[in-house]
Amino acid sequence: MSNAPTREVARRVFADEFNDAEFTFKESDDERAPLYALLPTGERANRVFVVGTLTETEDIGEDSEYWRGRVVDPTDTFFVYAGQYQPEAASALRDAETPTYVAVVGKPRTFETDDGSVNVSLRPESITTVDEATRDRWVVETAERTLERLDAFDDEGNEYAERAKAEYGEDVSAYRRAVLDALEDFDTESDEVPPADA
Amino acid sequence: MSDLSDTAAEIHDEFSEHVDATVDDVEARLEKLVTEYKVPLAEARRSVENHYLDEAGLDRDELGGRGNDTVQVEDVDEPEQWVDLTAKVVELWEPRSDSVGQVGLLGDPTGTIKFTKWAKSDLANLEEGKTYRLGNVVTDEYQGRYSVKLNKTTSIEEVDEEFDVGDNEDEVEGALVDIQSGSGLIKRCPEEDCTRVLQNGRCSEHGEVEGEFDLRIKGVLDDGRDVHEVIFDEDATEALTGIGLEEAKQMAKDALDTTVVADEMRETVLGSYYRVTGPTFGRYVLANDTEKLDDAPDPEAVLIKARSI
Repeated sequence: MSNAPTREVARRVFADEFNDAEFTFKESDDERAPLYALLPTGERANRVFVVGTLTETEDIGEDSEYWRGRVVDPTDTFFVYAGQYQPEAASALRDAETPTYVAVVGKPRTFETDDGSVNVSLRPESITTVDEATRDRWVVETAERTLERLDAFDDEGNEYAERAKAEYGEDVSAYRRAVLDALEDFDTESDEVPPADA
Repeated sequence: MSDLSDTAAEIHDEFSEHVDATVDDVEARLEKLVTEYKVPLAEARRSVENHYLDEAGLDRDELGGRGNDTVQVEDVDEPEQWVDLTAKVVELWEPRSDSVGQVGLLGDPTGTIKFTKWAKSDLANLEEGKTYRLGNVVTDEYQGRYSVKLNKTTSIEEVDEEFDVGDNEDEVEGALVDIQSGSGLIKRCPEEDCTRVLQNGRCSEHGEVEGEFDLRIKGVLDDGRDVHEVIFDEDATEALTGIGLEEAKQMAKDALDTTVVADEMRETVLGSYYRVTGPTFGRYVLANDTEKLDDAPDPEAVLIKARSI
């Protein structure tokens, strides 16, 4: 309908898979082309939406403020970094009282550490506090989206699954395990709630 | 009959009043293009029609309604299409210009659409509540909203059809992942019929004006598969954020800055899940009804699926 660039979908991915997404790429040579992280279950992610528990925040900047937040989901921890170019996210981290549930919209970023390993982190566009219901909904939704990717992993012509196999290998059982753990965790939580008519 | 002879018969019907050609003549022209020159049938049809238009000294607009697509309101998604439409007159509005004979809202089971009938078209007047078969109307688009125009070639035939007019409503849900610029406490141009949002006190049409405050959110709902852009008007914004226009003005006054309103709204609603229902205009869903999704989700179905892989 219009030629306006379409906005990138925010992928749903658990922390254990996100932290494995060390391979990034662009689809064109254009300097402003979006950067994608390749998810091991076979999808490209330019943006993700994450909900979890913000457990710690720390200003690790030297000359200027540079905030790091740890956001924990049922599988692992997302590392969120916000500095002067993300003033709203930085002030959200500065002002946050931990622990609290937060929603983070952000872009995957990678950096190489001194020992040569690659760390995956999240550069936030926004960080907001949310309630438990939102966190629960995210866990179920993220399980669902991850299963959809696993389901399509061996489909013929699944470009990003092919690339993921080449970069990370074909064994994705750990991500399926993580989905199960996240949901089962959840299941026991909700079993503790008495039925409404009790 | 083949597609070719069907098409030939249709073209012949279109031109029967204007051109002295037999169906066979028409078909021969079509066949030459399609068979000999491998032109796709639709393009061949265009070409043959243009030939006869030339021959008759006609504009395409002057042809009768035959050969148009018969569409429903929800199908109108492109401007400058000649279509036929059966619709009920839902409302008549007061024309704001002498060049407009009638203006109002038409509806069919799939939704509603604005119509304009030009004064100089010399057509019979439409009556509210009656249903008409309208032949040869032209679609138009303004800021993502479609309308149809009745013109001097339009045929109007009252028909006895009863149906409930649809409401064009869509339902979208997802996490609210962004509140875009131009949201919060905004100022609109006060000129009549102009509601443009001012940029630094200026209207792109009327220049520097004394704006009128309004509330609006342009938001993005994202479910991990698709994104939906949603516009919340003043009422919908208040329902979503709990901040009304008066309160927003006070906040801006206290802070000497209007942007505090959008900031506060972001903190309140970003990252939560919502279901929005409302009509779609272009790329936007206009929020009529907004519901926060805060019931406990049911992991059972997903769990069963996870175990089955």
